[in-house]
Amino acid sequence: MNNAFAGQVLTLARRSVVRTARQPANVIFPLIFPLLLLAVNAGGLDAATRLPGFPTNSFVAFALAIPFIQGALFATMNAGTDLARDIQTGFLNRLALTPMRGVALLAGQLGGIVTMAVIQSLVYLSVGLAVGVRLESGPVGALVLIALAVLISIGFGALGAFAALRTGSGEAVQSLFPVFFVFLFLSSMAMPRNLIEIDWFRAVATANPVSYLIEAIRSLIIVGWDGQALALGFGFAVAITVVAVVLASLALRTRLGRS
Amino acid sequence: MKALAVARGVAWRTLHNVFTNPSLLIPSLVFPLFFFVAFAGGLSQVAKVPGFDFPLGYTAFQFVFVLLQSAAFGGVFTGFGIARDFETGFARRLLLAAPNRTGIVLGYAGAALVRWFVTAAVLTIVALLVGMKVGGDGVDLLGLYTLALLLNIAAVLWAAGVAMRLRTMQAGPVMQMPVFLVLFFAPVYVPLSLLQGWIHGLATVNPLTRVLEAGRGFLAGSPTEVGVAFAVALGLAALFSLWALRGLRSAEAAG
Repeated sequence: MNNAFAGQVLTLARRSVVRTARQPANVIFPLIFPLLLLAVNAGGLDAATRLPGFPTNSFVAFALAIPFIQGALFATMNAGTDLARDIQTGFLNRLALTPMRGVALLAGQLGGIVTMAVIQSLVYLSVGLAVGVRLESGPVGALVLIALAVLISIGFGALGAFAALRTGSGEAVQSLFPVFFVFLFLSSMAMPRNLIEIDWFRAVATANPVSYLIEAIRSLIIVGWDGQALALGFGFAVAITVVAVVLASLALRTRLGRS
Repeated sequence: MKALAVARGVAWRTLHNVFTNPSLLIPSLVFPLFFFVAFAGGLSQVAKVPGFDFPLGYTAFQFVFVLLQSAAFGGVFTGFGIARDFETGFARRLLLAAPNRTGIVLGYAGAALVRWFVTAAVLTIVALLVGMKVGGDGVDLLGLYTLALLLNIAAVLWAAGVAMRLRTMQAGPVMQMPVFLVLFFAPVYVPLSLLQGWIHGLATVNPLTRVLEAGRGFLAGSPTEVGVAFAVALGLAALFSLWALRGLRSAEAAG
């Protein structure tokens, strides 16, 4: 039974990866766009490193955490849209007629997202190192960073799957993108929280879980080993993942019409 | 006369689609506000960087960029609508029915303008409500909004040219990415003098930098590089007029 389940997950994960790979725009855009934004922001905001209290003298190093979150967002949107298309085309209904376990579908879908997340993380990290960023936490920190990025991708991916399963509409999944982007922009993405001058903005950034995801990744790059930042980052990533997977599982159960 | 009648019809239909469809209207209103809040709110400390010399503060500094960005993206969003019209077959029927096809391009451009006027009005009101300082007089502000208007026209003509050549919604990134890059390779966050390295070189030769700096000068009441900025904006509008009209011919030839 376990072998059969693993086989189902692997088959669906492979399908998810192959389908993504066959749409170059879905691979290239999530890789290139965050790097372009990194280049723009790092160039334009380099002067901000002269502010008293800024934690590093390299804005590229400071901002390198952002592509990991943006890449997860893009991959999630694409994966969620693909799942919605499966619903719209009736693929999911046909799957429901097979002995496949519902949870295998979700796990397979998330398996595809994990593959994309690993590839993206390696690319972002390589680009960062190539432009002179030094990882203060060393090689082990790189592994922890990739693990956190993968966990974040699973959490966001499960949210995308939840939206797809709940609505069955690719457009509805795409409409989530601006919402995610709002969370990203209203975080400590471009400025450390203690240097955000506007009170309400700092309060929103402090209440925003995305700030802690970014700060955990950032700590591995510019600080080294910051237990508090890592605990908060992993804590929020796990919480988002658990909530999103539960929601997606419930939506899948409803969608497949099984009790 | 025929061109104007066609333009009026196309513009009315495009505006009706936008203003009766929240999924089209809301992003074009909310995104500029959101960028304004994120940049002016989150990055206000940047005004304390040594050498930052814009006299009205960071909110006004960012307002000009977001105003110009909203103008450019208002044009691009209208281009998405043109691509959708081609994908659904509506544009083909429009080409058959229109007694003067140049009016089609004029209509889309007119719709983009009206759409941007609404966005600009909302953005300006919000900026003033949050305490943005204005140093320029009426003539200066007219200069700022005219520059943005020209940018809106140039952007919609660029996007129309792409949409009429590729005739698919998948052309969206082709319309959007160059505009995005040109905008963000200007001095978005700090004045040009504070940029360093490759971004300084790019921003120096980027024609949008002149428009942005002139816009900030207008808002501050100390106009700068006005002639060059208007020459750039008018030049872009003229260049992309040809691009859009050639695109129209391409769509006609494709049948």
